[in-house]
Amino acid sequence: METRIQLLAIAASGLLLLIVLELVRRRRFLERYALLWLLSAAVLLALGIWQGLLADVSRLIGIVYPPNALFLIAFGFVLLLLLHFSVAVSRLSDQSKVLAQRLALLEERLRRAEARPSARSDEQDRPADLESALRD
Amino acid sequence: MRSSPSHLAIVPAYNEAASVGDVVRSLHLTEPGIDVLVIDDGSTDRTAELARAAGARVLHMPFNVGIGGAVQTGFKYALENDYDYMLQVDGDGQHLASEIHHLFRAMDEDPSVDMVCGSRFLSPEGDYPAPVSRRTGIHLFAFVVSRIIGERVSDPTSGFRLYNRRAIALFARDYPHDYPEVEAVVMLHFHRLRMREVHVTMRRRGTGRSSIGSGKSAYYMVKVLLSIFIGLARERPTPEPGDKAPVAASHSI
Repeated sequence: METRIQLLAIAASGLLLLIVLELVRRRRFLERYALLWLLSAAVLLALGIWQGLLADVSRLIGIVYPPNALFLIAFGFVLLLLLHFSVAVSRLSDQSKVLAQRLALLEERLRRAEARPSARSDEQDRPADLESALRD
Repeated sequence: MRSSPSHLAIVPAYNEAASVGDVVRSLHLTEPGIDVLVIDDGSTDRTAELARAAGARVLHMPFNVGIGGAVQTGFKYALENDYDYMLQVDGDGQHLASEIHHLFRAMDEDPSVDMVCGSRFLSPEGDYPAPVSRRTGIHLFAFVVSRIIGERVSDPTSGFRLYNRRAIALFARDYPHDYPEVEAVVMLHFHRLRMREVHVTMRRRGTGRSSIGSGKSAYYMVKVLLSIFIGLARERPTPEPGDKAPVAASHSI
């Protein structure tokens, strides 16, 4: 592999590794999201430095020019990270939906409780927990 | 313990200020025994205010969660407040309060039915004024859903529905996100609950826009078909008929 492209690969993945570590240190990143990033950066850096390994890997997957194997692996990591984010975003949007629903339900319950200061008069609509609280 | 069954009507509404007041008033007028709950899905107009002025209870979603999330809030409300039946009526006025008794009668006639849907296409004279493209889509869904669940469903996209306790409990736990009606029919089937359709007349949309705009209809078709077919590969509780409702399984929301 050409020295220039090797240096570029090492510099880029080293920089990525440093940025990720710095973001985690400043708590801008939860560790659970940083792990995949750290793994990607570490693997790319290792392949950039250790030429023999990269050559073996590219021969194994049938790529003549080893730097192309590096790009392919980097691309694989990018896909993996994007999948990871899609899962995370889906979970977050589901959680925010549930929160919005709870908030709306509680708001309505609060409004009704406030509109009815003498809860004792209305036997039917009183929630069970309030009922037992009043008995105590 | 209440002696007579309790009924809740939910009206999901997103920017329906022009019609929501009339919908609430006609519900109160036609079915005075029903509690009316408008679910204002993050409207930016006066929907909530006008609904409250018309005498409805209002759930105000803090932001737009989409029709599925809004309707599911109604199921949760019905479950928490121990209603026996929940009716779902659109906020745009296309479902007529005068047709509600058809749904109730179908529910009363057969205790094994868990959901009754108002269908626009059940009788031949039902001339629903919808664009051809929309009708084609509905008939495609009707075909696919009928094949999957093995009985004829003529209008799986209708949002004019009546649910009993078992259906309420199921959908309070799990209800599809966007464009939920078609998937809900399939879900119901796989949870061994039963549905029935009755013919109803619907009015042409007076005001507001359908949640299914023309630009979104392609996304709508693809999304619903995808979720139906992926849903087929999901694991789901299938207790024997007559067993306790499947929703009693220990699922956290």
